Amino acid sequence: MRWFSFLLFFSFLSVPVGLTAEEIDFNRDIRPILSENCFHCHGPDAEHREADLRLDEHAGALNAIEAGDRHKSELFSRVSTTDEDLKMPPVDSNRTLSAKQIKLLGEWIDQGAEWGQHWSWTPIVSPEIPNVTGTAELPIHNQIDAFIRRKLVNENLQPSPIATKSTLIRRVTLDLTGLPPTPNEVAAFLADDSEGAYEKLVDRLLASPSYGERMAWDWLDAARYADTNGYQGDGERTMWPWRDWVVDSFNNNMPYDEFTISQLAGDLLPDATFEQKLATGFCRNHMINGEGGRIAEENRVDYVMDMAETTGTLWLGLTFNCCRCHDHKFDALLQKDYYSLFAFFNQTPVTGAGRSPQTKPILAAPTPEQTQQISNVESQLQIAREAVNARVQLLAKKQAEWELSKLKTLKATTTWTSLVATSLTAEHQQLEQLDDLSIFATGPNPANDTYSVTAKVQASLITGLRLDALQHESHFKGGLARSNSGNFVLTQIEIFLLHDDREVPIEIASADATFEQGNLKITNAFDDDSKSGWAVYDGKPIERNHAAVFRFAEPVNLKAGSELRVVLHHDSPHVRHNLGRFRLSATSVPKPELKEDKNEALQLALLTPSEKRSDEQKKTIREAHQSGDQEYAKISKTVKDTDSQLNSARGKVAKVMVMEDLKEPRQSFMLNRGLYTAPGDEVSAAVPESLPPLAEEASRNRLGLAEWLVSNENPLTARVVVNRFWQQIFGIGIVKTTNDFGVQGELPVHMDLLNWLAADFRNSGWDVKHLIKQMVMSHTYRQSSKVTTKLVERDPANRLLARAPRYRLPSWMIRDQALAASGLLTNKLGGPSVNVYQPPGIWEEATFGKKKYVQDHGDGLYRRSLYVFWRRIIGPTIFFDNATRQTCTVKAFRTNTPLHALRTFNDVTYVEAARVLAEQALQLDVNSDQDRLNFIFQRVLAHNARDAEAEILLGGIKRSKTQFQADEERAKELLTLGESKRDESLNVTDHASWTALCLAIFNIDETLTKE
Amino acid sequence: MDPLYQNRQHVTRREFFGRTATGIGTVALASLLERDGFASSESLGGLPSLPHIAPKAKRIIYLFQNGAPTHVDLFDYKPKLQELHGKPLPDGYAEGKRFSTMTGKADGKLMLAPVEPFKQHGESGAWVSDFLPYTAQVADKLCFVKSMHTDAVNHAPAIQFLLSGAELPGRPTLGAWLTYGLGTESDSLPSFVVMTSISKGTSCGQIFYDFYWGSGFLPSKYQGVKFRGSGDPVLYISNPNGISREMRRGWLDDIAKVNQLKLQEFGDPEISTRISQYEMAFKMQSSVPELTDLSGETQQTLKMYGEGVHEPGTFAHNCLLARRLVERGTRCVQLMHAGWDQHNSLTTELYNQCRDTDQSSAALVQDLDRLGLLDETLVIWGGEFGRTPFIQGDITNRVRWGRDHHPYAFTIWMAGGGIKPGMTYGASDDLGINAVEKKVHVHDLQATWLHQMGINHEKLTYKFQGRQFRLTDVHGDVVTDILS
Repeated sequence: MRWFSFLLFFSFLSVPVGLTAEEIDFNRDIRPILSENCFHCHGPDAEHREADLRLDEHAGALNAIEAGDRHKSELFSRVSTTDEDLKMPPVDSNRTLSAKQIKLLGEWIDQGAEWGQHWSWTPIVSPEIPNVTGTAELPIHNQIDAFIRRKLVNENLQPSPIATKSTLIRRVTLDLTGLPPTPNEVAAFLADDSEGAYEKLVDRLLASPSYGERMAWDWLDAARYADTNGYQGDGERTMWPWRDWVVDSFNNNMPYDEFTISQLAGDLLPDATFEQKLATGFCRNHMINGEGGRIAEENRVDYVMDMAETTGTLWLGLTFNCCRCHDHKFDALLQKDYYSLFAFFNQTPVTGAGRSPQTKPILAAPTPEQTQQISNVESQLQIAREAVNARVQLLAKKQAEWELSKLKTLKATTTWTSLVATSLTAEHQQLEQLDDLSIFATGPNPANDTYSVTAKVQASLITGLRLDALQHESHFKGGLARSNSGNFVLTQIEIFLLHDDREVPIEIASADATFEQGNLKITNAFDDDSKSGWAVYDGKPIERNHAAVFRFAEPVNLKAGSELRVVLHHDSPHVRHNLGRFRLSATSVPKPELKEDKNEALQLALLTPSEKRSDEQKKTIREAHQSGDQEYAKISKTVKDTDSQLNSARGKVAKVMVMEDLKEPRQSFMLNRGLYTAPGDEVSAAVPESLPPLAEEASRNRLGLAEWLVSNENPLTARVVVNRFWQQIFGIGIVKTTNDFGVQGELPVHMDLLNWLAADFRNSGWDVKHLIKQMVMSHTYRQSSKVTTKLVERDPANRLLARAPRYRLPSWMIRDQALAASGLLTNKLGGPSVNVYQPPGIWEEATFGKKKYVQDHGDGLYRRSLYVFWRRIIGPTIFFDNATRQTCTVKAFRTNTPLHALRTFNDVTYVEAARVLAEQALQLDVNSDQDRLNFIFQRVLAHNARDAEAEILLGGIKRSKTQFQADEERAKELLTLGESKRDESLNVTDHASWTALCLAIFNIDETLTKE
Repeated sequence: MDPLYQNRQHVTRREFFGRTATGIGTVALASLLERDGFASSESLGGLPSLPHIAPKAKRIIYLFQNGAPTHVDLFDYKPKLQELHGKPLPDGYAEGKRFSTMTGKADGKLMLAPVEPFKQHGESGAWVSDFLPYTAQVADKLCFVKSMHTDAVNHAPAIQFLLSGAELPGRPTLGAWLTYGLGTESDSLPSFVVMTSISKGTSCGQIFYDFYWGSGFLPSKYQGVKFRGSGDPVLYISNPNGISREMRRGWLDDIAKVNQLKLQEFGDPEISTRISQYEMAFKMQSSVPELTDLSGETQQTLKMYGEGVHEPGTFAHNCLLARRLVERGTRCVQLMHAGWDQHNSLTTELYNQCRDTDQSSAALVQDLDRLGLLDETLVIWGGEFGRTPFIQGDITNRVRWGRDHHPYAFTIWMAGGGIKPGMTYGASDDLGINAVEKKVHVHDLQATWLHQMGINHEKLTYKFQGRQFRLTDVHGDVVTDILS
């Protein structure tokens, strides 16, 4: 019984959709049956193909088909048999063919089993324009109407008459700018009786900056644009300059081929401009996964897949993601094709590590104000630096004079005095004292050596000795000795007081060293073990001087003529570890310490004749001179401050993640089951084999790919793009499956129209405004959206377009409309995203308090929805039925739930807009409530309230006034909602009642709907 | 309302203009054919072909334990773990198996005995550890599946796998499928409700991504409605300050009248849908506060759920709301409690987790039973995978004992909804490492849930990107042994 009614129902329905079998068309009638029921096991996927039978290709299908005779065709006998063991599709496959489908297959075989390429793979050829004539009432404005009208005539339907002018201006203004028309604009249009009035309106809207903002929304959904990374952490990114680039591009009517190439490969264009590089932020809009425990390469592969699949959806309209793991089940796409496309994007330096929302490569994208500010600070810095330079010059002139006086002061205050040798001997080498009083060893470097230094001391008492081991360019890697590491081993130090030919050993009590190498401690240098010693190697070439201080057990008194003799032993088994250059100094302070004594370094530098000073010494002297100069200190602080100002200004500049290719190409592989850990055969960047090839001369990189996408030979891009714009204007694509132009996608309802639009769009130089204008200029667009009973029966989804579409506005547009109607809307293009009203705790609850929502105030609250901050893990709550911005989404969402009603009825955005709109209605210098109501209607709906509507709504005002008068506190409460100021002179109950009315008007079906 | 209008409207909102005969037929048929004997007369929406079989359960409450509870410390008693405590993992258990990057290879890992002792409980003699005294008391009402295993080793993919049958976001979740297939029984509360909670003092909680209750490629009206733990339970449910319910009623009537005028003029069926959705919104505005108003509950009931029951946002509160929701016709309630990720806190935070969930989980089962609702309500308790029977951390530092993610064996329990009570099904090996006996894969479990709801899991499908998708992907066998 059920089956019977089903068939009845089908035949009843088949009339309007035109599926009756006049002549069987393979693409329209047969391929869908084969695709849905057979390709899964007998399709492109070689790995899972059954019985080696392939039904997606003509040659393969002929193995089971005898053209012209169903009874000799295995295919027909298998689908029509009643034997459950033989029946196709198999009983357990959950697929069954209807009697009608079997009949169609039989007829098709009998008629010769004609084959054809899947429609979207065929070259785009402009079809002939149907020769239909319009009437004054139902005109043919352009080719769109011609195609639509022919179809309607075939279906025995008529288009609808033109919509009223007020409906039309609201419709087209919302469609092209996302905002309602102002009452003045409406009045001007109504008053303009000229023939070109509507076109003038359209041209004005296309030239409005709001046009770009409206067009950008759908692209942002598709391009998965958001202000955070998504996933755990969900760090904030600054991709909004890319968003502004999109708005500008639409406003400047950038040709779509350029729009494509810039975003996919702008960086690879010769002498790429800032904008071209910025455009490639498109590719980097994907989510970034910063979860702990994730492997970088796993992330990286995810990102590349996202780029490849997004490209596949947006330009080719193909479900490429199906080929991550295997050949496509339905379309002529191989797993290899997937990874060949992947290979184009597999060349960025991104490693997948970390969670930075500004992972390199990045592009700094300053706003004009920032550019100005940075340039100001830069010139300030320049001036300050010049002042410093001038001062430096001046100081340089005074240097010689300063050096003399400084040396004098130093000598008077210094604590360590370098020993000036009276005798220098070594067992094997030659020792010589240099100008800076360091002692330098030359001659062949022996395995071991012992040095003896005798020096006169001026002081009357000494408490300690300091040994500096000094670098020299002749040492190993500029180290401290000529050993094979630049290291030395001092095995023993002995110190003697020489007086009257008597040598008295001085006892060392303790010592400190700048560094000790493991067990080679400084104490080894004065213990009983003559082989143990002190050394300073830390595993890498020695790049600094070292020093040790030896404190004497008792202060040593010196008399006139007393001398010190210091003996340094190098008896380590580590051969040739002899000090190469060193200095000895003595002190009289009670407790000698090992401190970097700047004054000592300075003094030594000053002692060195200027032509022999090292760079280091020159620097020491120069800096000492400068730091003592007050003027210099002042102006160099200005440099420092300005510099940090500059850094902070630069830090505030948005950094956009963009594209760049590695110099050395990264290899790409097929990934078994899509797993990054399971690479298979290597692949190179290439376009799908079943589509026209890349041009010979094209580069095998993203630029080559982008150019191929918009080449004349590409059968998909123009169709796919035109169809998406059609969806944007008409609500449903000509191909409803905007994301699937493959064999499982919908056949275009208006095939010829789609092909014509695609060809025309391409031939126009990919002129988007031209395309959009064509659509909105058509009668198909301009006709009334009224639904007749006949129409709803024949074509409930309005695919034939015998009336204009009528559907709920996107939620973002509903918000913009309310803001604009109330006059609250801020007219500012671009810039960082804003946090508008949102119930408290939304971010906090989703992130366990890690992300705090800080709401904007003032103008920020009233920016267009396009600029609302999009946190990817929890999108703005005011919107509904929108793409989540997590992955590429091109389909329109349109559902109808109570939760939507709660938003537009209760969110403070709408309450405030209602209050502000009510305020203006009450401030009007008019006499009747009817006039006030009309003012509100004009603002929101572009026409006056009809009598019946006015009666209902003014009745509501009366009721509300009574209610608010009874409880004035409520009225006051309502009027405090929203941060904008209220006109306190207005009567509270009046204002509250009209606010309630405006809120109701924001929620009537007509307001929520594009009519 | 004019029934023909309703029909048209229904058709419009669905994929009316299908390309193939079956596409149009089944959908359009939805509104034309009378529902047959199986369907509950109160159901709104749903597919006409459903249920496929006589349903045992009308509703599901999923107590999702987010973070993965440790099976070997709570349910899966392995005396041998005690014996091998501190000894390396013996050969033959985990060769070549993938673990999280925190564990890497399992070779040489030291075994860790259960933290608390186990006892057998009830007539069924089910093993439950002392961590869960309340659950132990209701053991005879529960069916423990100890041979669970899954594919994913990280939280988000594994959770998404249990809830949607696929590791990546984008597929409809269980509640979305149920609402799509079976419709709703309430005209004033959502059919699919989600509530989340986390134990106090928990150091590590996974984010509750909204795709855990997403509708994937199904229309977004099937996605779960998240009830919040603070503020309004449903976003925007309260009238703006100053607008009384009476005033709202008045304006709603006015709006409906204006919309009726429009409907007369334009004939667009969407207009009548809008009128009814605004009406339902109004109903929700009273039914949600009524739902969350616990003043009608007896002291005894409130006490049964435990301490946090009065505090919105706690698991105890959510459990009681879950009961109140299913009483009022909600099809699927998904509670998600975070914090079970004991990488280094088995001897510390695990006690908090159990304290905050044990009593109310058991109370929910008892309470449903008391009200006669348990028979037709399927309660599911469990996490996304198990935890390694070997240690993560230092065996000598008891305070920091932990276990890593473990997909090869874990335990869940179910109650009511036609599942055999007092049963333990399947088993893992003697160390709790691999499910070995009567293994149950995630897709098998999903097939079983749908089966209890009267759905053949192979037949509840939706076409997207040219392919028919279902909750169980292309797998799944109903676990018939556990059906009563």
